[in-house]
Amino acid sequence: MREARGVSGANRSTGDGAAAALALDGVTCTFVSRDDRSQRYTAVRDVTLATAPGEFLSVVGPTGCGKSTLLNVAAGLLEPSAGTVHVFGQPLTGINTRAGYMFQTEALMPWRTARDNVMAGLEFRGAPKAEAGARADEWLKRVGLGGFGDRFPHQLSGGMRKRTSLAQTLVLDPDIILMDEPFSALDVQTRQLMENEVLELWAAKKKAVLFITHDLDEAIAMSDRVVILSAGPAARPIGEFTIDLSRPRDVAEVRVTPRFIDLHKAIWDVLRAEVLKGYAQQKLAA
Amino acid sequence: MWNFLKPAPRTLRLWQLMVLFAVFLFWYAMTKPGLIPPFMFENDRQAAFFFGEPVSIFARIWDWFVIDRDIYQHLWVTLLETVLAFFFGTVGGLVIGMWLALSPVAAAIFDPYIKALNSMPRVILAPIFAVWFGLGIASKVALGFTLVFFIVFFNVYQGVKEVSPTVLASARMLGATQNQLLRHVYLPSATSWVFSSLHTSVGLAFVGAVVGEYLGSSRGVGYLILQAEGSFDINTVMAGILVLTAFALVLDWAVGRVEKHLMKWQPRAGETEKI
Repeated sequence: MREARGVSGANRSTGDGAAAALALDGVTCTFVSRDDRSQRYTAVRDVTLATAPGEFLSVVGPTGCGKSTLLNVAAGLLEPSAGTVHVFGQPLTGINTRAGYMFQTEALMPWRTARDNVMAGLEFRGAPKAEAGARADEWLKRVGLGGFGDRFPHQLSGGMRKRTSLAQTLVLDPDIILMDEPFSALDVQTRQLMENEVLELWAAKKKAVLFITHDLDEAIAMSDRVVILSAGPAARPIGEFTIDLSRPRDVAEVRVTPRFIDLHKAIWDVLRAEVLKGYAQQKLAA
Repeated sequence: MWNFLKPAPRTLRLWQLMVLFAVFLFWYAMTKPGLIPPFMFENDRQAAFFFGEPVSIFARIWDWFVIDRDIYQHLWVTLLETVLAFFFGTVGGLVIGMWLALSPVAAAIFDPYIKALNSMPRVILAPIFAVWFGLGIASKVALGFTLVFFIVFFNVYQGVKEVSPTVLASARMLGATQNQLLRHVYLPSATSWVFSSLHTSVGLAFVGAVVGEYLGSSRGVGYLILQAEGSFDINTVMAGILVLTAFALVLDWAVGRVEKHLMKWQPRAGETEKI
């Protein structure tokens, strides 16, 4: 059941009747240098991508291909130069309020304790303090940080900070979860634990997930579908694979199944050329 | 005996006190009339005239604090001026700094003026403030304000500019409105920079108060020093300077305590304990 389709194939899930949780249509992002208006850089060109409600979609691509740009467009933090974004059928204007965003780098407010960080979103949205506190405590417990609520971010380890970020994002119960290489800074063991935790939480709530990574193993182990981006500049989707591994999965165990290895090989064949291309371009620019 | 006394973290305070004692002993030996033959001056009273005598200075301080008890009102005035200048300077710097940092157009327009005002030697303004605000505490607060304002202003400006873009984006994704961003992201980030300059700005508020008093006033420790200088009473001048120094140390210590309490979210190196 291997599916490897071209760019147009990504459209299919948008046409499935029910509105996609998140649909990017023909998104192009061109950055103009502030000092020199003639210096342009097109990060992504004509990207069409859709996530169905409850679907775990990964986008994989070589480094510097504009994966984070796509995510920022989906979050409403960045306005695309061309193209549209639809959230559950509604055109997106401003911040995507139905989405939660887990960043690649540290995003916790360093002046707030773990508990206050988790509470922040509820507080911003006007929830009563007592209720927000109770829900924050509940989520801290769920990510295994029950006793660490009064710690400041600098007193937590990298993995604990990521878990706090996860709780901070999920406590708002977003319909769409955007993740930008959330575990890339973690060591392998912590990373696998976190991946399994995320899968478990996702399985319980079945939210639409748009997961960005450069790690193919991670993408296959976690997703329902993997989209490959070409090397930048002007990155675009060049392949799409449905991951038909059975759930629930354990990210460490699934990696040794024959089906995983087949999928990995098929996707890597497409990705490999792009990785090499991206690498050659970076070398040329240096 | 030496093993017990040699410099070590344990005996740090002792050594610090010994340095202080040695300085005063040297001072005493050099200025006490008749103790050693004069080698710089023509007669043995001149050293005491120019440099003061530690014993008389301490007697003067003792008089101020215990016998006559007349220093308290002066200290109170100086403290009040310092605190007011610090308060208004900090609030002014915080508000203007946040405003300019968050509106690039205003910042671009005011940039040359801010730079000009900052590079101007502001102590020169003290006589003008005395004319405008009188010889009371208002003119000293105004002088201290001009000193504190720019320190806080530049720190706040920097603090707002250096807010982590990720933290900002994260707060926006969590649903923060513009006002909430101001209160929950920009302000805490800016205050951390303000606190890092707290020691400097309290010190400058103090300098503003004392210099202002010195240039024209009817109360305050600066005024006491000015009066004593007028009558060549070097012992009182020195006593005033010592009191001011001790006072500045106390202020600095108080600031350190406040800072430690408010900045507990910032990482400090070496928080381990040996078991």
